[in-house]
Amino acid sequence: MFSQPLNGLSLWFMAIFTIVFACGAVYGTGYMKHYRGRPLRNTLHWINYAVAYISMMLLCVVENSITFLVCWEIMALSSFFLVIYESEKPETIKAGINFFIQSHISVVLLTAGFMMIAAKTGSYSFSAIPRYCVENNGMAAFLLLFAGFAVKAGFVPFHTWLPYAHPAAPAHISGVMSGVIIKIGIFGILRMITWFSIDFVTAGAIILAVSAISGLYGVMMAILQHNLKKLLAYHSIENIGIIGMGIGLGCIGVGNGNAVLATLGFAGALLHTLNHALFKSVLFFCSGNVYHGTHTLDIEKLGGLAKKMPWTAGLFLIASIAICGLPPMNGFISEFLIYSGLFGWMQGAEPGVTTGAVFSILALVMIGGLAILCFTKAFGIIFLGTPRTEIDAHEMEPCRIIPLVFEAMIMLSIGIFPGFYAKLAGSALECFPFASTSALAATTDLTIVGLAGLIFLLLIGFIYVAKSRHNAGRQVSEGPTWGCGYTEGTPRIQYTATSFVKTYVQLFSFVLGNKKEQKLPSGIFPTEGHFESESYDKLETGLINKPLGAYRSLMDKFSFLQNGKMQFYVLYGIIFIVFTLILTLLIR
Amino acid sequence: MTSLILILISALFFNGIIGRVKSISAGRKGPGIMQPLKDVIRLFKKGTVYSETTGPVFKLAPAVYLASVLVAILCVPFGHKAGLISFSGDFVFFAYALALGKFFCIIGALDTGSSFEGMGASREATYSMLAEPAFFLIMGSLALMTGHSSFESIFAALHPSSPMSWALAVIAAYIFLVLAMVENSRMPVDDPKTHLELTMIHEVMVLDNSGIDLGLIFVTGYLKFAMYAALIANLFIGSIPVGFGIPVFFAVQVLCAVIIGLNESFTARFRMNHNPQFIFTLACIALLAVFGVMLMSGQLV
Repeated sequence: MFSQPLNGLSLWFMAIFTIVFACGAVYGTGYMKHYRGRPLRNTLHWINYAVAYISMMLLCVVENSITFLVCWEIMALSSFFLVIYESEKPETIKAGINFFIQSHISVVLLTAGFMMIAAKTGSYSFSAIPRYCVENNGMAAFLLLFAGFAVKAGFVPFHTWLPYAHPAAPAHISGVMSGVIIKIGIFGILRMITWFSIDFVTAGAIILAVSAISGLYGVMMAILQHNLKKLLAYHSIENIGIIGMGIGLGCIGVGNGNAVLATLGFAGALLHTLNHALFKSVLFFCSGNVYHGTHTLDIEKLGGLAKKMPWTAGLFLIASIAICGLPPMNGFISEFLIYSGLFGWMQGAEPGVTTGAVFSILALVMIGGLAILCFTKAFGIIFLGTPRTEIDAHEMEPCRIIPLVFEAMIMLSIGIFPGFYAKLAGSALECFPFASTSALAATTDLTIVGLAGLIFLLLIGFIYVAKSRHNAGRQVSEGPTWGCGYTEGTPRIQYTATSFVKTYVQLFSFVLGNKKEQKLPSGIFPTEGHFESESYDKLETGLINKPLGAYRSLMDKFSFLQNGKMQFYVLYGIIFIVFTLILTLLIR
Repeated sequence: MTSLILILISALFFNGIIGRVKSISAGRKGPGIMQPLKDVIRLFKKGTVYSETTGPVFKLAPAVYLASVLVAILCVPFGHKAGLISFSGDFVFFAYALALGKFFCIIGALDTGSSFEGMGASREATYSMLAEPAFFLIMGSLALMTGHSSFESIFAALHPSSPMSWALAVIAAYIFLVLAMVENSRMPVDDPKTHLELTMIHEVMVLDNSGIDLGLIFVTGYLKFAMYAALIANLFIGSIPVGFGIPVFFAVQVLCAVIIGLNESFTARFRMNHNPQFIFTLACIALLAVFGVMLMSGQLV
């Protein structure tokens, strides 16, 4: 039932899960102090936390699809209970139910995929899958399972549960969910690649395309969000896209028997999984600190928090740099591996391949640029400037800072010693066909990349110290911000998040959904007028809300049947019995 | 090492030459070539005023900005002689290091809480997002043509004898030059001499910087120009001996400065809402260059 001995891939994911769950638990104890009044509910919450962790560990080690599905269900249910901790709020319940339904769509798809295999091979063991692929074309089963895992991971267009579930959950749960629970989908996809032997070039191209779209769409929607947690949730979709691009590249490498491409792709995906788990959990934990410090998550109401919450601000800044993939932090390393893979793939000199590579590079570059826009907005508007509303913010207790510092230190160490972490990921990397640590060492010298990051860091430090020394002997004074002659400005005249991204919204209006509602004041004595603009997820409206609405209106046509009169229901019963009797008679 | 020293030397004169060209073509007497350097020295001697609103981010931002350009310069080779930092895919590091500098520049501006600086920050973030693809695509086309993936090996493989090398080098030179103008907020995207905060991009972001902070930002601007001009020079000196390379290097630097100066003398700034189109055109040209290379090497058909 369990893999003996554990393979490197499982160990890699188990390590990531353990780090984030542990940090989340420490952080959570501080977070939950604000909800001390309800011991029963808190006990249930922590039991579910432990159950979720255990089920994730089990998912990494089981070798049988039925056991896998049972563990998957336990994981889905326990994380559902974790999300609806504040169940007295109607929007939390709504988000929770949304999450619940979508995670069961994933279960249905997975069950169908595993049943397809079991029906042909007669075995539920994962070891039967290679046999299945020899006898059948495994593509259909592969795509079914991929869709199942993609719902959990949050690939577009299966992403719609994320932007609701993450803001509804308590911060430590959002951090753990975004950091690791969605990664179980990535784990599933990666495990699947080690089982199946199919046309990996096609599969890889599909994964690459879906991922590039997920990455771009995620970050484009993230920029529009004004709820900090919703913004971060959309960023999870973006990062899942980046991880997926690595997986897609790796698959194409496997399909072509290109060791370098397979290695770079999978190494990038594995490292980015770790990186994203770290920086995204830090960001969500920071959002929890902001929430309890100010009692709001609306970016437009915040501002100037860096002065009152310096630790949270510093950690948020470090994690922002990392999530934008900028050196010397860890996000750069994994994106660098994927870039190297893409540039290498581009030179593959095969018809059509180059075009794919060029557009993937373009997507990754755009993701990087948009992420910078998004996080300069998030960090700048929340933590810098002056407070936009009267907020009495205060820094959080140490147990809500120390786990974040710990994670930030791991992040920096990945950025500076990537070679060491690449070696750690080595045994996970070697689970994949063609991929190997020696190929990684031969293509990119990660030590030099780390060294370059270190030089960068030292240069910053040197210039900063030299500047401070230089200033020490001179007059340094304070004054008001330059107001262009206008002295009576209020914090309200500061640039807001909306105005910061206005140009972007206008440029990309063909993709982004924006609803405007206005009532202009009219008449000789105008009384009222209002203007409201709201962004919405076009994909969600088009793929979920509209079909659901159509389905509902179709079902409404039959609502006359349910008229609430007892006589009619008795009649239905009689009709049913008569119908069954006639049917049985006819069949005889 | 060669490239580092040469870039530092040409950075001393680059903006001075632009200024001279502008004053000559306007018929003014104008400042001397060393004027930008004198400005910086003057700023270094002054004290600093910090806004009450700002915090550590504002003080850190100029340092990160300068460091980002310096570390990017370390990646720039001199023809076939590698820069101090050189590895496969170093141009990705080059671009992302510069992006960190921009990141800090933007949040440094937001730290002042000024609506003008917020405006500049918003523009800078949007425009640099649009400019970034051009760099990656043109590097991609060079990588595709030469089959290498680091600055030094790409430039070493560009032979002036092959017409395709020339064609691509000219397109790349154009893109690097315009990128340098966009990155430094020169005409036609932004007018560094404008007096209206509402129409500025880069200048409005540094409104509250003074003293050494402002000096460092000026120095960074000079270095950025020299760095991009060095990249352009590299397109042509990859396969010739260093002895001939150095005069060509300086000739290219002077030529770039003269072109920028002339351009600023004879063109007007775009309306702000035309800038995104203009900047994204660069990416489109780069994309065409990629497809051109693919067509020539028979990968399209």
